[in-house]
Amino acid sequence: MNAVSAPAAVAPAAYLQIQDVVKDFNGYKAVNHVSIDIAKGEIFALLGSSGCGKTTLLRMLGGFETPTSGRIILNDQDLAGLPPYELPINMMFQSYALFPHLTVWDNIAFGLRRDGMASDKVGERVEAMLKLVQLAKFAKRKPHQLSGGQQQRVALARSLAKRPQLLLLDEPLGALDKKLREETQIELVNIIEEVGVTCVMVTHDQEEAMTMASRIAVMSEGRILQIGAPSDIYETPATRFVADFIGNVNMMDGTLTHDAVDHVIIDCADCTHYVGHGITGTEGMSLSVAVRPEKIQLQRDPPAGEHAPHNQVQGTIKDLSYFGSFTVYHLLLASGATLKISQANATRHKDDELTWGDTAWASWSPSAQVVLTQ
Amino acid sequence: MNTISRFWHWLRRGRTAVIGVPYLWLTVFFLLPFLVVLKFSVSEMGTVSVNDIVTFKDGAMQLTLRGTTYAFIATEKLYIQTYWSSLQYAAITTVFCLLIGYPFAYFMARAKPTIQPTLLMLVMLPFWTSFLLRVYAWKGLLGENGWIADLLIGLHLDTGLAALGLIPSPGKFMNSPFSLTIGMVYTYLPFMILPLYSNLSKMDLRLLEAAADLGATPLVGFWKITVPMSKAGIIAGSMLVFIPCVGEYVIPEILGGPETLMIGRVLSDEFFSNNDWPMASTVAVVMVLLIIVPLAIFNRYQAETQEGRR
Repeated sequence: MNAVSAPAAVAPAAYLQIQDVVKDFNGYKAVNHVSIDIAKGEIFALLGSSGCGKTTLLRMLGGFETPTSGRIILNDQDLAGLPPYELPINMMFQSYALFPHLTVWDNIAFGLRRDGMASDKVGERVEAMLKLVQLAKFAKRKPHQLSGGQQQRVALARSLAKRPQLLLLDEPLGALDKKLREETQIELVNIIEEVGVTCVMVTHDQEEAMTMASRIAVMSEGRILQIGAPSDIYETPATRFVADFIGNVNMMDGTLTHDAVDHVIIDCADCTHYVGHGITGTEGMSLSVAVRPEKIQLQRDPPAGEHAPHNQVQGTIKDLSYFGSFTVYHLLLASGATLKISQANATRHKDDELTWGDTAWASWSPSAQVVLTQ
Repeated sequence: MNTISRFWHWLRRGRTAVIGVPYLWLTVFFLLPFLVVLKFSVSEMGTVSVNDIVTFKDGAMQLTLRGTTYAFIATEKLYIQTYWSSLQYAAITTVFCLLIGYPFAYFMARAKPTIQPTLLMLVMLPFWTSFLLRVYAWKGLLGENGWIADLLIGLHLDTGLAALGLIPSPGKFMNSPFSLTIGMVYTYLPFMILPLYSNLSKMDLRLLEAAADLGATPLVGFWKITVPMSKAGIIAGSMLVFIPCVGEYVIPEILGGPETLMIGRVLSDEFFSNNDWPMASTVAVVMVLLIIVPLAIFNRYQAETQEGRR
């Protein structure tokens, strides 16, 4: 660690600072001016679809790529130009990259031996790691003799064995099937928190990011669109892209038609929105209103809402998908647009169940709406 | 279904036919001739050919087997020395092919994918000309005023080689252990490179990233990951070089000298000069056993390790 003294007046610097990092591949900016501060002990997720630059950013943290410009500072040390084998950072690779010719034990010991650690110390540490991931019985096996979940835990043990200052996870659960993935998410977070290591993960799976991470950065085309806690990103998306990317959403484009002191009215193709919270705008301005399917109520009779006739719309049920715990209704509106509505199935059988072809009313409260300008 | 129709049904299935062709080939052109050689080795030499081992005397079948040639080989120092020296030359050739071939195959496998087919073709290019011609070419290259000979003299390497006893005297390279080894390494190098290349090009390079991530410098990553993982290629290449080298006849005949004993030449002498078929056959049988027995043990060991992994 370099003893670089920070100027006294400045607030304590973040543990990991990504400062205006750019990665240019022959004129294509895979990572385009990205800055993130990550606190010690945080689990931070880079979320985005494939090709958004999240993996390139992770590989720069791991030393596998060099930033074209910008700086990466970990624990006051500038990581510029250091090769992977000199960084106090370890990575759990996508589909694990376990050494197939070595046993589980030797896989975990690999990094420790590279540091020239004494063999009894190596033994102690490997045993501790095996215990941590509950694989003590499998120490003498080769990776191909293990199930996918077990391989994933070996990979985790191997990347934690050197007690890295930063742990990188590349699609940590991408190779597991759905059921196992859900169990492993919690287990993985528990282990990471037990060890107390700061962690940056890359994933394209929003559920994975939301379950595991304390904060998420949504990336698209090499840029960061929004950084925040999972609930912030879901409930108050900053842009149309983020609202659409995270979860399901009904996006209604409209125009601000009435600007009152305590509310505004937005006219959309099929309905009008009463928005009561802090919107400042001018009449005639184009906006989008996003409403999550689970925040809409569906009923046969016209709702007698507080803001009627705003925040409600009539339509025909075109489609319904039964998921067990909830049902998603597709309501066909007058303009031809479809509104997705998710209703929890709280009781087993309803007397007057809505079904295909029925005419129904959808309504939502002003607190369900998110108004987006970009 | 009776047995015969079931047999025909079994025979007609495409898989049996496909597998059957190489088996038939090996039986007719390898196993049967080998059995004939085996029979010769325990027969007595007649005037033009060997006598039959099975004779009928007074209506009773009589089997005559002679083991004298085997006893002779086992006790005669020259044969033992020749076998030993053949194995040594084959081993040295294999080591040199591996030392030259491994880096070659490695950089070929790591070259840009677009130029790899070209490199591969360059390795195979020598096969386009006759093997004999290429071996003869070394006579010119290493003989008097051959440019490789001149180069070696210019670099003063000839005195060192002579001091080591690898060439008869400074400035004379031909018909020596040196020229024989060069010829064999040159000839068999592609057989080492090709299996190594096919193995190394399939390697998952992320494993090297994982090794680097865990603190291995590129050199350590090479020794701890690349080399162990290419074991199968090293074994395949070494076998492809070692086995034919042991019995090599043409290269020792052209490039070898009086003191480069190789079993292939002894075999040819017994057959064509001494006209002693039983002796020649015995030499051949012992050579095959010398190669097959260790290989069989090795294969069994390999199979057991594989089994243990499952």
